[in-house]
Parts: sequence; C-alpha cells; structure tokens
Amino acid sequence: MIAGLPEEEYFSSGHRACAGCGEILAVRHALKASGKNTIAVMATGCMEVVSTPYPESSWKVPWVHGAFENHPAIASGIDAALKALGKRDKINLLVFGGDGAYFDIGFQALSGALERGHKATYICTDDEAYMNTGVQRSGATPPFGATTTSPAGKKIHGKQQAKKPLPLIVAAHGIRYVATASVSNIQDYYKKVQKALATEGPSFIHVFTPCPTGWYYDSADTIEIARLAVECRFQPIYEIENGALKFTSKIENPKPVAEYLQKQGRFKHLGKEETEFVQKYVDERYNFLLELEKQKKAFDVLL
Amino acid sequence: MQNKKINKGYKLLIGAVIDEPGSSEKNKTGSWRTFIPIIDQEKCIKCGICWMDCPDMAIKKNADGTFAIDYAFCKGCGICAKQCPTKVISMKLEGK
Ligand SMILES: Cc1ncc(C[n+]2csc(CCOP(=O)(O)OP(=O)(O)O)c2C)c(N)n1
Ligand code: SF4
Ligand code: SF4
Repeated sequence: MIAGLPEEEYFSSGHRACAGCGEILAVRHALKASGKNTIAVMATGCMEVVSTPYPESSWKVPWVHGAFENHPAIASGIDAALKALGKRDKINLLVFGGDGAYFDIGFQALSGALERGHKATYICTDDEAYMNTGVQRSGATPPFGATTTSPAGKKIHGKQQAKKPLPLIVAAHGIRYVATASVSNIQDYYKKVQKALATEGPSFIHVFTPCPTGWYYDSADTIEIARLAVECRFQPIYEIENGALKFTSKIENPKPVAEYLQKQGRFKHLGKEETEFVQKYVDERYNFLLELEKQKKAFDVLL
Repeated sequence: MQNKKINKGYKLLIGAVIDEPGSSEKNKTGSWRTFIPIIDQEKCIKCGICWMDCPDMAIKKNADGTFAIDYAFCKGCGICAKQCPTKVISMKLEGK
C-alpha cells in the first residue's frame, strides 16, 4: 500500500488524456478500490477515447464500450448474466460516464437501470462540460461558466442556468448509496467506491474532476482547484446512505468562492455582481443540503 | 477475429475487440513533455502523494521507499511538484 492505496494498477500509462487530466485520477483510483475482479462499462467521452484507441487499451480489466443511451442497460445485462452464472458475489461492476453522460444524454438509461434495481456502481466523472467534443455546456456546467456553446459574450456572460443537482435526483430513485467526492481527497473517494461496491442494488458516485483544457487553468493546478472547490463549498462532499444525507467533510469556514473562480479562464469574464451571484448561489445550495442533513431521513421513504 | 457470413456477399465483422490488456503502454507519452519534474531523492519523505496524484501512472516506488519518475510516460503536467508536501520536486524546462 502507498498512502493507504493498493500499489497494483489496473489502468495503464500511455493513455492520451491531456497532461494534468482530473478524470483519469477518478478512473485510476476507482479501479484500485474495485480490484482485479472487475468488469467496467463506459459511456463515450474523453475517458473512453483516450483509453481505447484501437488496437490499444489502457484497461487491465474487462471493459465494454456503450453508447450514452444504453450503457446502463449493458451493465444491467452484465448484472443479470453474472447472477445467472452464479458469479455475482465475486465480481464488481463499475460503470463510468462523464457529466454529459449522466446529467444529460444517458440520463434516461441511468434512471431506468436504477429503477430496475440492477446492482452496479455508477461513477460520474464531472468536469462540468462535454470535453471530448470540444467543451460544450452540459447540465453540469455551473452558472456563468463559459463553454463553446455558452460563450462569454458582451451581453450574455456564459451559461445562464443552474447546475442540475444530479446526486439528489439519483437519490430520489430510492437507491441505497449515493456519494459525492473530489480528486482532491483520493482516500475518501477510494473508501466511497468500496462502500458503493458493497451496497445492495445500484450505487452512484459523483466525483469532481477538474479539466485543465476546458476550464483554462495550468495543468499543475488540477488537485488544487478541486480542493478549492470543496473548501469554498462550490462542491459539497456528502453521502446519502439508506436515505440519510450526511456530510463527510463539512466546511465550517468556507473560503470566498471568488478565490476559486479567479483561478480559471472559464470564469475570467465575471464581474463583481456575477461573482456575488455565484457566492449566493453556492451558499443557498449548501444550506439546503445542511437542512437535508438535519432531517436525518431525507430520502428514506423512497427506498 | 472471426468473420461471420450472414448473407451471400455480406460479411459481418465482429466488433472491435482488443485482447491485449494495458497495451497503451506501447505509446510513450514522455515525448509530450515541455517541463520535466526532478525529484530530490535525499529529501523525499516517502509519503507517496506524487504517486497518488499522477494522472499518468508515471511515478514508481523505489526499493528504499522513495519515488522515481518514469520519463517514458511523464507528460510534465506539474501536479506532482505542486502537491509534494516537502516541495522536493522541481519542474525544469525540458532539454535545459
Ligand atoms: C447520442 C450522442 N450524442 C453526441 C455524441 C457525441 N459525443 C461524444 S463524447 C461527447 C461528450 C461527452 O461529455 P461528457 O460525458 O461530459 O464526458 P467528457 O468528455 O467531458 O469526459 C459527445 C457529445 C455521442 N457520441 N452520442
Ligand atoms: S479535455 Fe479535459 S477531461 Fe478530456 S482528457 Fe483533456 S483534461 Fe481530461
Ligand atoms: S509531471 Fe505530471 S505526469 Fe509527470 S510525473 Fe509529475 S504528475 Fe506525473
């Protein structure tokens, strides 16, 4: 073990992700948590394209490609097949997709698979836009985030909508384990993946994975940006276990959101008013989650 | 892979199957690098944070517990240097 993590790698060097890619870290460490008896299913997106340029693969476990619209159905089929073969207890099933995959294009397939109750661990690597096709806005892009389809123009300053609260929407399906994580705390993420894999039925992890290429920051800053996002409450870190929401790292004295925004080119057009708006937006959403935590049983009636 | 004849004149190829796990290691991404990380082994406290945070699995553990960079794959992102708690990794311009 190194830093509490297994040394064995199940994802290889030589992949084509940009230098400093945050998503790769989420894939790499999820595989460590899951181990060699894993089948991985993946929607298209950067992680697929960079890891499987035919005839090469970075994967050291069996891996299946799926479309946005059907990869959770592929996972459902694998779950059913493993059950039929009497091997379900021995094999972990990890399903990966980006924010585009789960917030938007593959949402119906995810929702269907959750509702059917197939056991699989979904990992949404969130870089807040469609990176693979050249940084288009997604349901995960935050307010005022500039992308190629929500540009920072003279009149309209980036995305005009909120970020979809996907972990809560997923929890409302009545599944037993939902968690958020960040690549700034790999050990926490690793433990959450293990917990998810041990859950009865479907489980879902939303992991915050900065992208230097799409967010316009120096590749060296990936972990630092992820940490700042947590420390300013932009990215809340919690678990929803058996219907109860609980913060796993509660930020008591948050840094100003401005500190986080200023580090990234995608927010560089923000003026004082817009920065204040984002601060308020972040505070309100965090407080909403704190309220849900107080209720202790926020989602249990839906289980 | 096998080709299946489904109809006279038509062949259905079985979809792209890659049967060599981890074969992307043939692709040496070290050539992407502009800046090169250099670890001062003497001052390394063996925490492994650089290893943990490298997106290219380009940091390997030495027998004595310190860490070494695998320059065949390191893309020079600079994350390791930034995250090293003792700041013993420095980034230099490649070739200088
Ligand atoms: C139905 C469909 N629409 C569009 C595409 C094109 N496409 C491929 S990857 C991608 C972006 C994926 O974004 P995301 O899931 O956020 O992953 P990222 O690339 O950011 O890691 C899109 C739009 C597609 N493959 N299928
Ligand atoms: S565009 Fe972003 S998410 Fe895609 S490989 Fe590059 S750094 Fe990773
Ligand atoms: S510079 Fe980046 S790719 Fe190279 S060893 Fe450090 S973290 Fe890995």
